[in-house]
Amino acid sequence: MSPDVLLRLWFGTIRPVGDAGVVSTLTTPLAEVAATNATLRAFLHGLPGVDRVGADQRTAMLGTRSIKTTAKAQAIDLAISMVDLTTLEGADTLGKVRAMCAKAVRPDPADPSVPKVAAVCVYPDLVAPAVEALGRSGVRVASVATGFPSGRTSLEVKVRDTELAVAAGAHEIDMVIDRGAFLSGDYRKVFDEIAAVRSACARDGGDDAHLKVILETGELATYDNVRRASWLAMLAGADFIKTSTGKVAPAATLPVTLVMLEAVRDFRSQTGRMIGVKPAGGIRTTKDAIKYLVLVNETTGPDWLTPEWFRLGASSLLNDLLMQRQKLTTGRYAGPDYFTLD
Amino acid sequence: MTEPGRLAVRKTYKLYIGGAFPRSESGRSYAVTSSKGQFLANASRASRKDARDAVTAARKAFPGWSGATAYNRGQILYRVAEMLEGRRAQFAAELIDADGVSARKAGELVDAAVDRLVWYAGWSDKIGALRGAANPVAGPYFNLSTPEPTGVVAVVAPPMGPLLGLISVIAPVIVSGNTCVVVASERAPLPAITLGEVLATSDLPGGVVNLLTGRVAELAPWLASHMDVNAIDLTGCPEELAVACERDAAENLKRVLRPATGKVDWLADPGVERMTAFLETKTVWHPIGV
Repeated sequence: MSPDVLLRLWFGTIRPVGDAGVVSTLTTPLAEVAATNATLRAFLHGLPGVDRVGADQRTAMLGTRSIKTTAKAQAIDLAISMVDLTTLEGADTLGKVRAMCAKAVRPDPADPSVPKVAAVCVYPDLVAPAVEALGRSGVRVASVATGFPSGRTSLEVKVRDTELAVAAGAHEIDMVIDRGAFLSGDYRKVFDEIAAVRSACARDGGDDAHLKVILETGELATYDNVRRASWLAMLAGADFIKTSTGKVAPAATLPVTLVMLEAVRDFRSQTGRMIGVKPAGGIRTTKDAIKYLVLVNETTGPDWLTPEWFRLGASSLLNDLLMQRQKLTTGRYAGPDYFTLD
Repeated sequence: MTEPGRLAVRKTYKLYIGGAFPRSESGRSYAVTSSKGQFLANASRASRKDARDAVTAARKAFPGWSGATAYNRGQILYRVAEMLEGRRAQFAAELIDADGVSARKAGELVDAAVDRLVWYAGWSDKIGALRGAANPVAGPYFNLSTPEPTGVVAVVAPPMGPLLGLISVIAPVIVSGNTCVVVASERAPLPAITLGEVLATSDLPGGVVNLLTGRVAELAPWLASHMDVNAIDLTGCPEELAVACERDAAENLKRVLRPATGKVDWLADPGVERMTAFLETKTVWHPIGV
């Protein structure tokens, strides 16, 4: 073999560094993709595989970006405004939800310049008190639904669960997909469930609840599956795709979020529709949050860098953001004793 | 020290934070010289972020250490003394290098450090008897006061007495259940890091003692103003720095132990002041039953 051919072979296999593979062209129109389980399967398995090493390496590289001083201050405020302040415990009480809502509106009572968070995220039965507590503050109420976190219940229950949360005033619904059906290849079932929950999000007057679809990437095993699940959710009508419930380890990771961000980026270039992304679970420090912001900026561009299109599902993260913010404004290290416990 | 033909194996002096030996986050180091001006080693020059990490580690270790029984803490301090005794020769050699003392004097100083640890170890379950009380109250109550640890204590170790002085400021802080972040002597930091190796192998949970080496003037103000530090021992601070640190410490009402005026004799009887400086008093009212 001539050196020339060898060279071409060698370079021909190289993808752009860190890019976990790009969806080039679709052979079938998107409308027909979901016609049957077979066409869905053909489409999802026809998506290019994710370069696992490349994705890991790219996120590791982006994680080393140094964001300091004024840029850091801006990133912290942006991150605070993107937080979905979450409490999803069996021990949640009315009082806890009210306290959390107060914190969502004024994260640091001593400093009115701190922006409010994007939303609070609660179980369906606590939606009504959350809506009441937040009033006209502009903080939205997200409710998990559809048998969260496992999703192991009938479609009727899932739909009714969603309808009740919407009726109680939830602005956003975080549904879980049926991971069992997804992993066994029954994509059509997952698709139908998302579509059914989507229609349950409808509200009279057109003010539909936004649908966030939780992929629970920790149970999907591979990045290829994350990419397939992302596309499946987007095709079925999701407004947002969300990594995890927070109940399964590993929860959100940077590479998984990269794969999902690439999916929404490619989906927009194919269809013109913009889908949001929400990593949730395991994001505890300001450093982590800033890494996600860098990842968004580098993958999808600044279009997604608003609370409307990117959220951080977290609870303890907010206190760390506030502590870092205080460090920047006062010049001394802050302590957790001076912030409310969630 | 090295035989001809054999490569010298030199120790890398790093920090001791959270039970591990990391290099400074900043990557900086500074040259440490002997009392005669000869180069000894490069020590890590800790940054404010290392200090912050050390405070985080100390805070994390606090519930476990303060929740351990006094008996257990005493046993562990005694164990530190055992480990120190086993490294007597190494510490003596380091003291000869650092202070230029005679071999005999160095040995005495190490012995004194071991004895000091044993002495403080004994105090672990007795300080309550000294500082606690059954208070007479005008009501049908048992009224009991007991000493409780203050929390995370920042300690600026004295510049003189790189081993005995260091032990004499660390032991009284941790024996009562506090955890600490120690800025070692800037002039002679090497025995402090060797002490870290002793602490790491003596059942002391990681994070109870964190040792930083570097510039005192650079690190002390960050610790003094840190809102998650509950007390600060300014023993090793020069006067001006001590005043500035005490002012910063007022922000979150830290307990402050001021540096002594004049020369301190670390061989003298230490008394209990260093222990009691970092204690709070908890008082319980208990109804007298019928």
